Amino acid sequence: MTAGPDTSVPRFDSVDHVREGLATAGYIADDGLSGVVYLADRLAKPILVEGPAGTGKTELAKSTAAFLGSRLIRLQCYEGLDEAKALYEWNYKKQLLRIQVEREAEDAGGARPLGWDALEEDLFSEEFLLTRPLLEAIRASDPVVLLVDEIDRLEIETEALLLEVLSDYQVSIPELGTIRATQIPLVFLTSNNTRDLSEALKRRCLFLHLDYPSLERERAIVLAKVPGVTNELADQVARIVRSLRSLDLKKHPSISETIDWARTLVLLGIESVDSETARSTLNVLLKYQSDIEVAAKELAVAPGY
Amino acid sequence: MLDILTGFVSELRQAGLPVSVAEEADAAEALGHLRLEDRQAIKFALGATLVKSANHWRAFDTAFEIYFSMRGPQFSVGEGDVSAGPELGPVPAGLEGRGPSSTGALEPVTAEEIAAMLFKALHEGDQMLLGAVARLAVARFSGMEAGRPVGGTYYLYRTLRNLDLDGVLSRLVAEARALAGGAAMSEDTDDQSQAGPVLRGRRPGQLTALEERLLEDEYRARIDELKKEIEAEIRRRLVADRGAEALARSVRKPLPEDVEFMHATRDELEAMRKAIAPLTRKLATRLARKRRHLRRGALDFRSTMRHSLSYGGVPVEPRFKHPRQVKPEIWVIADISGSVAAFARFTLHLVYAIASQFSKVRSFVFIDGIDEVTGIFDRSDSVSEAVHRVNLEADVVWVDGHSDYGHALTVFYERWGHEIGPKATILLLGDARNNYHASQSWVVRELSNRARRVYWLNPEPRSYWGSGDSILEQYAQFCDAAYECRSLRQLEAFVEHLV
Repeated sequence: MTAGPDTSVPRFDSVDHVREGLATAGYIADDGLSGVVYLADRLAKPILVEGPAGTGKTELAKSTAAFLGSRLIRLQCYEGLDEAKALYEWNYKKQLLRIQVEREAEDAGGARPLGWDALEEDLFSEEFLLTRPLLEAIRASDPVVLLVDEIDRLEIETEALLLEVLSDYQVSIPELGTIRATQIPLVFLTSNNTRDLSEALKRRCLFLHLDYPSLERERAIVLAKVPGVTNELADQVARIVRSLRSLDLKKHPSISETIDWARTLVLLGIESVDSETARSTLNVLLKYQSDIEVAAKELAVAPGY
Repeated sequence: MLDILTGFVSELRQAGLPVSVAEEADAAEALGHLRLEDRQAIKFALGATLVKSANHWRAFDTAFEIYFSMRGPQFSVGEGDVSAGPELGPVPAGLEGRGPSSTGALEPVTAEEIAAMLFKALHEGDQMLLGAVARLAVARFSGMEAGRPVGGTYYLYRTLRNLDLDGVLSRLVAEARALAGGAAMSEDTDDQSQAGPVLRGRRPGQLTALEERLLEDEYRARIDELKKEIEAEIRRRLVADRGAEALARSVRKPLPEDVEFMHATRDELEAMRKAIAPLTRKLATRLARKRRHLRRGALDFRSTMRHSLSYGGVPVEPRFKHPRQVKPEIWVIADISGSVAAFARFTLHLVYAIASQFSKVRSFVFIDGIDEVTGIFDRSDSVSEAVHRVNLEADVVWVDGHSDYGHALTVFYERWGHEIGPKATILLLGDARNNYHASQSWVVRELSNRARRVYWLNPEPRSYWGSGDSILEQYAQFCDAAYECRSLRQLEAFVEHLV
């Protein structure tokens, strides 16, 4: 097991606690999901959340932070992200200024020169350190939630940057030594699965696959997220979306699109969806013209048997 | 408990999941934080710690259901595992009440009674009743015999055939339709409560197409649930009969990327179809990345000289040309007869999904006649639709609809041979089982003279090549290489090598 600092104060009492807490933050979780979050806290391991776009991966981290009342530190990944952007950087300009001041003081003949060793120690102290998200999450004294978003956009080599932080909750800075976490942040990594992540990374994480929700869960999500929606409408929306997902489309409607659609219907004052309204508002749910055509055809025509 | 976990993990490894020791330790630790009687909790804990890819979930699921369903008469009397008994005894919540009657204690139920219960359960969406129907149906119809080393697929088939689920589905919808229409006539509001899902609280009147569709989807979902129940019931009985390890061996599900094209079942093909989309996306990203990070081109002498001026004429900083992108032109010639059809379909799918990596893709399909299908792909919106249309529209039968490689290749050469230039890479797909027709292998020789590369991809294991009516050797001698391509994994590896 990893020799990180111990998790003295667990964040959650039970799996149910997680689920109810998330519900107060407006996030409808199922058992598996809340169970994994609960375990992540108990085992002090990061969660790798994977799934199609728009199924609430980022939202999970945000809601967890909101419900715990913790600060959310977010690292958005992109190709070309490096140490200086993810971990830490020396404040080069400030260091230059410091040197300048030293020299001027020397020229004025006032103060005795500091000497190389002392100056170096001074220049590479925490005063000149710019913390970036990962280091910030480690150094925070309050229990924070760290979100590393879209980790699959990183190059495979850059992934290694994260490993030390994720497994040991520490950052080694050559000039300063190792900075250990005083508290264990709750870490969420999200991935859209555009490439396979390295084994090393996967091994360190708990894996959570977020798929499209069940009918019941989707209905609950719509009810929670869309003000003014009736039970019947939510039910209908969830059913239609489920039917759409069973079609062979380029892109299936995601949860966020379901919510958008429900909002649209509420705004338009529609209480019950018939084929006509469904067809005229499909462009909220589906983003490809060909998909819209397929769906319109399928929804209007009763399947033959 | 630890014993069960170790056994379970080794089963996962057998099934091809990469489970490391550290992950196993995590799983053990995770179990310590959970109440062991909560079966669902244990499942997600093991899933989160041991399974690190969504594609592997199915294999995990199967193994889990087998290893953690150790109940029933054998187990309570069995001498062995003291740890397994008390901990896994009171297992799944929501499944109680289906316990001891599993062997023979059931009163004989007639098929009609089962059918009536089934109809009721589906109509009302009653979970408990569904479970009961599944149990009864398996007892009545599956015809299980103790000790037979089978995986249960046959039992499942027999049970489902007897239930006639398609018929039930259309009856359910017909009834709902009649009910809605009847309600319109009689204005009888009491009927509303009977109206089933979707329609509750709606104004009486004819069913609209949309409602009918939703209703049908709802019933379909319930039927799927029933099928799962039946499968689970059969599995439970098999475990009780033969023990987990023996059963796990016979129902072990290979990962979608390892399933062989030639022997895939319909479910497996479906799983592969799902797996291929992310697979191609990953492949495309990887190829694009590879291309971007390609080694630098040749030395750019002019640029180097110009930059050397700032160093006083010393070429400190050599400059390189951008490498010229060579995108191959792909010609796919695929046998789409019988058993190799699935293979051709997946290959076409893969090639077209990464078509941006090639300068041009042309595709031809044959059985004994040959037809060009490039146009179908250009006109279709999605690859899967195109693949579907190829089967309907392509004119590939010449005489009898049995593979004739010789004739197909000859016609290909006569009609399109002159268009093949030195940029073309030709992929020939098929098992080269020629039904003892003439091979006409000179065509392949001519093709390989004209084209840049000619590859043969064969979905059969290498050891079968040349057996029976397989005449691969006659063709392969003129190809640059012949590859065995039995699974998505091998196919993917080949395509990556191609670019």
